Formats: sequence, structure tokens, C-alpha cells
Amino acid sequence: MDGNAVTRPSTIRVDLQLVADMVTARSRVLDVGCGDGALLDYLVHFKQVDGRGVELSQAGVNACVRHGLPVIQGDADTDLKDYPSDAFDYVILSQTLQATRDPRIVLRHLVRIGQRAIVSFSNFGFWRVRWHLAWHGRMPVAEAPGLYWYDTPNIHPCTITDFVDLCRELDIAIESGLALDRRGRTRRLNSPGFFANLFGEQAVFLLRRP
Amino acid sequence: MAQLQPRHHNLHLPGVTLPGHRFAIGPETPLRLDCGVSLSRLDIAYQTYGQLNADRSNAILVCHALSGDQFVMERHPVTGREGWWENMVGPGLTLDTDRYFVICANVVGGCMGTTGPSDIDPATGKPYGLTFPLITIADMVRAQKLLIDHLGIESLFCVTGGSMGGMQALQWAVSYPERVFTCVPIATAARHSAQNIAFHEVGRQAIMADPDWCGGDYLAHDKRPRRGLAVARMAAHITYLSEATLHRKFGRNLQDRREVAYGFDADFQVESYLRHQGSAFVERFDANSYLYITRAMDYFDLASEHGGMLANAFRGTKSRFCVISFTSDWLFPTTQSREVVHALNAVAANVSFVEIATDKGHDAFLLDVPEFFATFSGFLNGAAEHRGVK
Repeated sequence: MDGNAVTRPSTIRVDLQLVADMVTARSRVLDVGCGDGALLDYLVHFKQVDGRGVELSQAGVNACVRHGLPVIQGDADTDLKDYPSDAFDYVILSQTLQATRDPRIVLRHLVRIGQRAIVSFSNFGFWRVRWHLAWHGRMPVAEAPGLYWYDTPNIHPCTITDFVDLCRELDIAIESGLALDRRGRTRRLNSPGFFANLFGEQAVFLLRRP
Repeated sequence: MAQLQPRHHNLHLPGVTLPGHRFAIGPETPLRLDCGVSLSRLDIAYQTYGQLNADRSNAILVCHALSGDQFVMERHPVTGREGWWENMVGPGLTLDTDRYFVICANVVGGCMGTTGPSDIDPATGKPYGLTFPLITIADMVRAQKLLIDHLGIESLFCVTGGSMGGMQALQWAVSYPERVFTCVPIATAARHSAQNIAFHEVGRQAIMADPDWCGGDYLAHDKRPRRGLAVARMAAHITYLSEATLHRKFGRNLQDRREVAYGFDADFQVESYLRHQGSAFVERFDANSYLYITRAMDYFDLASEHGGMLANAFRGTKSRFCVISFTSDWLFPTTQSREVVHALNAVAANVSFVEIATDKGHDAFLLDVPEFFATFSGFLNGAAEHRGVK
């Protein structure tokens, strides 16, 4: 068996690229909800990070470990408490916050375990989502076709404004933020306001303890 | 290296010379055991496969389980059956002998060439029997470490094993963290559970209840507690399987008959199978070794020496871990692997953890489970890349 022959794309999904760009090379990174390991693999091989992953789905975990990534099966809601404080430079929560049972506890753990946390999510305030709800009167089926309101794992979707409010409430500092529009253009969220919340389809925030 | 001479009076194997290597430890470097006694003479029988590379960075230590031995990937000299990990170790396999140098040693207290209770006590000229000191998993690992020193290997690329082998792998990572680059404990736990101690006690009592055990002194009486050891093996064997496996293999099928015989013969195939497992085991295993090794597993509790905090056992470790469990293993269930993973997380260790879906029970680690092989290979490849092992 030759595992070295694994093909490794040098590009990743644009929202993952935004996250990756926020990570300093050769740092220690924990990717919570790392899925099939695309971001982690990129960070390990192109930014030489000391990376770890946590993933809920066993299929995702096995795929990661098969590719040589240090990943464990675990649940963001229950397992983050086992990690010591300041164990990592960055803790990443990419497209996972909305699927956690208690986003507040998870966010607190992220900035406790990591010097910094990077959180990305789909903005529920995006105009198309609003339009869908306003015009069709139905819950948006945004993330993947076939995931209806009753079977989506995304039980806590939020808007950029909601997220900024929550960080303020939890006393978590936003170091920087980016909104990604439908054409893949980014907009800095220095003062995340009405327009960012309307035109940003995805958001990525760099957080730290105050 | 010297050929092993048959020294197994209890096994009565005239003409069988155990192939492989022997490392003799003399009184100048006694092995100090946890029980306080020192073994001044100790032979370690071991096998190697593949070649040690120039910078000695490709050595993998395989630790065998309770009833295993050092014959990992070759025909067994006593039973004639294929090696116990022949689907894992070999050219092009997961533990690729074209790439890695694989070592496996019979554990201290064993009965396949390494010194154990069936050997002659140099002090008395008689078999040790129950005068052999109690051993622990840490003692087994101490002895292996002397062997690894002897082989001139500074750092093992990987220490791995299933069940009791996994206990040894974990013990290696705790006792000699700087000598372990990767640790792959499979279907194991950081401490033996009450349920598992209970099963072992059933086995030991079966052996000790056999009149031919002779208070442990059966060799002097030219006897062997065959029935007791066979029953111990039968009971243990059930714990290695799963209900699904037993059902698939045997169901309620009858053995060589169309209807039940209204007696206590082996009516059912599963009975016949277990009886065969028991009687075959007796031909290759020493009853006192079985007592000593099961006891070593019972005593295993990695946390106990670290204030009851398993995480403390791993503090500061730089080893890379890949913990593997199997869904249908009820002897070493996934929860016990998860305890190890939680402890490793608590010290921010480099750890992977997979639970492999299979209905094959605890024995899955010995069987053809492709997802298991793929995961293990992937982990090793990643680590080899990191260490620069070609």
C-alpha cells in the first residue's frame, strides 16, 4: 500500500481558504468539526501547522486518519471540556457552530483552548435567505439539497448581526471579520453592519479572549 | 543468533525446536519486577521480519495478546497454523515488511521460549511453577525494552498490539515516551475492568480446580491440567466473539446429527467448536503461564501510579497515538478506548481515534477487516512521512 500517492489538491473551497489565510504558518491548530479533513490537510501540508481534528461522523474521522491526519471522533458539545486551556494557537470551528447544541458554551471553549479562535458560518441574514423566507414562506434549504427543516443538523443558524451580538455578550473580542458574497468577493467586517449582514453569504471571524 | 532449544517439559514436544532468536539476560542486569523480586536470568524469545534501515528508524514492536506469541507471520512451529497477524504483517501489508523492521517477543511469564513458570529455576533446578514471581504488564515492557536496547534501537517507529498487546503499547508510551514515535493501542484499555477480571478469575479457577494442576506443581508429577485449561480457554473464547458472530457461524445448528440426542454430548455446533478451541489450546499453552499472564492483565491500571489521573500518565508525551476500537467488542468496548483518548486530549497529545464498525467482536483485531487495515496504514504512512521513513 502506498499512502504517499494520495493526490493533494493545492486549492480548497473559498471559505476554507479564508479560514486558512488567518492561520499563521507552523502554529498549533485544532479543527473542530473537521469533516473529511480538507482544511486540516491543507493547513498541515501548505502551512506546516501542527494540526489536530475532531469530527462527529465516523466516516469523516476514518477518512482523515486514512490520510494520515490526527483526528478523533468526538462531539463539539461534549468533548471540548477535556482540552486544556491554551493548548493551541488556533481553534477552528468551520461551518459547525450552527450544528452545536449550545453555541455559547462551544464559543467559550474555543477561546479558552486556543489563543485565538476562527469561526465561519453561513449567514442566515443573507438576502437570498431572507427572500426565500419572505417570498416562499418556507424555511430555506440552503446547505444541501434535501436537508429540510426537520432533518437538518443545523439547529442553530444565525446571522452576522446575531453572532456579533453574542460575542459581545460573551465578552469575546472580534479581531477581524470577513464576509464572503455570492461571487466569492470578500468584504472586511470592521464594523459589521446592515450591508454585510445582507450581502454576506458566508462569514469568517477571528476571535480571542478580551 | 542462537537457535532456541526446546525447554518446555510441560508441552512434551520432542523434536520441536523453536525457530527464531533468543536474547539471554544474565545476573549482571537483573530485571527488577514490580512485585519486588528480581529475575537474575531471563531468556527472551523473539522474531524479526524485514530489515532494520541504516538510521534504525523503521522498527515496529508488535506486542502479542494473552494467548499469542512471537510467531506473527509464519507457520507456528507447534500448531502448524499460520501466524496470528499474517493478514497485518508482511510484504505490502499494513505493517509492510518491505518497509519496516517488525519485532515481536514472547512476553515474560509466557511459554513459547521466554522465561516463564514452566522453565527451570536455576536456583533449585526444578520448574518454577508457582514460585515464579508475579509479573505485570510493566514488567513485560521492561523486558522488551532491554531487548530493544540490545538491538541498538534508540526509538521505535511504532509500538502496537491488540488487547493485552495494546496494554503493553500504552505502557511503553508511559514508561519510555522518548523511545516511542507512534503508539497504536487496539481493542484495549488503560485498566482492566471488573468484568474482565471476573472472566479471568473463572478461567483461573477452572485450572486450579483440575486435580491434575497439583497445586501448580504438575510438571513435577508429570501431569498437566488439560481439562481446566481447556475450560478456561472455552470461557475466554466466548468473550472474544460477538453474539452476531456466534449466530452467523453456528446458529442453533446441530453437530453431525439431525436432532438433539437428549444427552450431554456436543449436540450443537457451537459446543463442538468451543471444545475444539479448548483442546487445541492445551497443546500449545502452559496452564501456569495462563494464570500469570491473566493476573498481569488484571493488575493493569495505568492511572493508579499517577494519582488516579490517567492524563498524568501521558503528560508531556511527544508520541503520536492512534487508538482503535471495534463497535461489537464487548470485552474492551469503545468507551474504554475513549477514556484513553480523553486522557491524551487533556494533555494536548497528538492522537487519532477511530472506532471501526464490525460485528466480529474483540477478535476483530486479528481478522480481515479492510477499514481497520486502511486506517492503520493511513496513520502509519502519515507518521512515516513525518519521520522521513521511506
